Amino acid sequence: MDNTIGKPIVEISGLNFWYGPKQALFGINLAIQPNRTTAFIGPSGCGKSTLLRCLNRMNDLNDEQRIEGTITMHGMNIRHPDVDVIELRKRVGMVFQKSNPFPKSIFDNVAYGLRIQGSKKNHLEDRVESSLRRAALWEEVKDRLQESALSLSGGQQQRLCIARTIAVEPDVVLMDEPCSALDPTATAKIEELIQDLKRYYTIIIVTHNMQQATRCSDFTGFFYLGRLVEFDSTNRIFTNPANKQTEDYITGRFG
Amino acid sequence: MPLRRKQTDWQSLGFTAATGLMTASIVAMVVIILGNIAWNGAAQMSLRFIFGGTKEGMFDAAQAGVFPMIFGTVALVMLMTICVLPVGVITAIYLSEYARSTSAVTRVIRGAINNLAGVPSIVFGLFGLGFFVQFVGGSIDKVFCGGQLHYGKPALVWAAATMAVLTLPVVIVAAEEALRAVPKGLREASMALGATKLETILKIVLPQALPGVITGAILAVGRGAGEVAPIMFTGAAYYLAHLPSHLSDQFMNLGYHVFVLSTQSPDIERTKPILFGTVLVLLLLTFLLNSAGVIVRGRIRARARQAHG
Repeated sequence: MDNTIGKPIVEISGLNFWYGPKQALFGINLAIQPNRTTAFIGPSGCGKSTLLRCLNRMNDLNDEQRIEGTITMHGMNIRHPDVDVIELRKRVGMVFQKSNPFPKSIFDNVAYGLRIQGSKKNHLEDRVESSLRRAALWEEVKDRLQESALSLSGGQQQRLCIARTIAVEPDVVLMDEPCSALDPTATAKIEELIQDLKRYYTIIIVTHNMQQATRCSDFTGFFYLGRLVEFDSTNRIFTNPANKQTEDYITGRFG
Repeated sequence: MPLRRKQTDWQSLGFTAATGLMTASIVAMVVIILGNIAWNGAAQMSLRFIFGGTKEGMFDAAQAGVFPMIFGTVALVMLMTICVLPVGVITAIYLSEYARSTSAVTRVIRGAINNLAGVPSIVFGLFGLGFFVQFVGGSIDKVFCGGQLHYGKPALVWAAATMAVLTLPVVIVAAEEALRAVPKGLREASMALGATKLETILKIVLPQALPGVITGAILAVGRGAGEVAPIMFTGAAYYLAHLPSHLSDQFMNLGYHVFVLSTQSPDIERTKPILFGTVLVLLLLTFLLNSAGVIVRGRIRARARQAHG
């Protein structure tokens, strides 16, 4: 795996974030490489999910938030007031911790984002199929596309959510602990999928599971109490961390 | 040390008995009321009574019918539902999706809704007369009908509008609860796919909340079919020779007819069977309208579960 540093797709610099009076992120500086998987690890409440939600401006939905610093994507500041947040969210997809398929058919779930963008009907079927194939779900659901998405198993639902996200062809896919509610078999499938998907997308994954970070990420950032303690190639973080806190965390001494 | 012998817990027994007794007395009251109506009203039931009019003798049990009142009640309730649902649902959407729960404006709106629910129904009747009939109706006549009297008098449409105001709190509360019950995860999923807030509400939140909205409509219909005071001054008529054919016509109504029969009859003994019959018809009609709502809601839920289309 070539982990040399190239031109980053997302750059975060001097990012501070507050929920009301409480500061959740402190001066985060970070560069995300394109077509690589970056993992954010750290104990609960360390701000890794908050940072993830800054990247598609999901935090905008929260009234009490305040943010400072810049986040650029392809060199453009996504926090600029002129940026169309709707467009941003099409380019930066998100898969949530708890699988949240719409109570619609499997087909309609994947087609949702495309329909929002006004895709033509014949185009729609191709895109739904290719997205389900990429999400490694097509073989399991191709005969039951009109059935409710809620009839799928937990792991299948999460892969459906991935299919739904990649259907709109984002550049970046954010995953917020996508396997935390899944059993080991379903988790293995999603991890395999993540390996495949980085050919097409840049993936940022928040995880509590350190094995998961080692198995499927190229870069890892360790967060603690709202600060980015260490960021490096996953290999280095897990074999030869520079920071004592990182070492303590990955060896299970706290967290 | 030997274990103490079990003692009778009189307090618990007494409390259990008291709760049981209170519950039983409520059930008994419902049974007595419904039983009395069914028992005395059943004798009056006939196709002639249900489909007949009142031309032959309004207070004569052998000749009176209630079809004009059934027609008027159904028309009123339908029209009221058409009026109340959009206003109620849109208000509920504002409260659950847009309003900040802590802002003063939101608190004023909530206070207004709660107060609306506490206003005596006769006050709605007077409000309807003053606002809808005289002001709105009068203005329409002045502007569109060249001063001729069409809408500036009690009418089906004004009674329905008044009833809609009365049932508004019920619909708002039910719809808002249903909207709030839609998981946050679904909204986030939709927004994360690049949907606007409006698209999210229309395509995800509202369809999910529809059964709850219909519950609100069912409650409103139940209330609207039985209330008399709001329509007394705004559209209900003592007697009409013809069924209403226009929104500006007056109408007869089962609830109002019960009031008329019990206060205006020259011979109460001969009128009594009609009275019981009318009340029974009103109860059955309310039951029927509610059942229709429950069936529609069931269909929507089933469709949501299968998720076809």
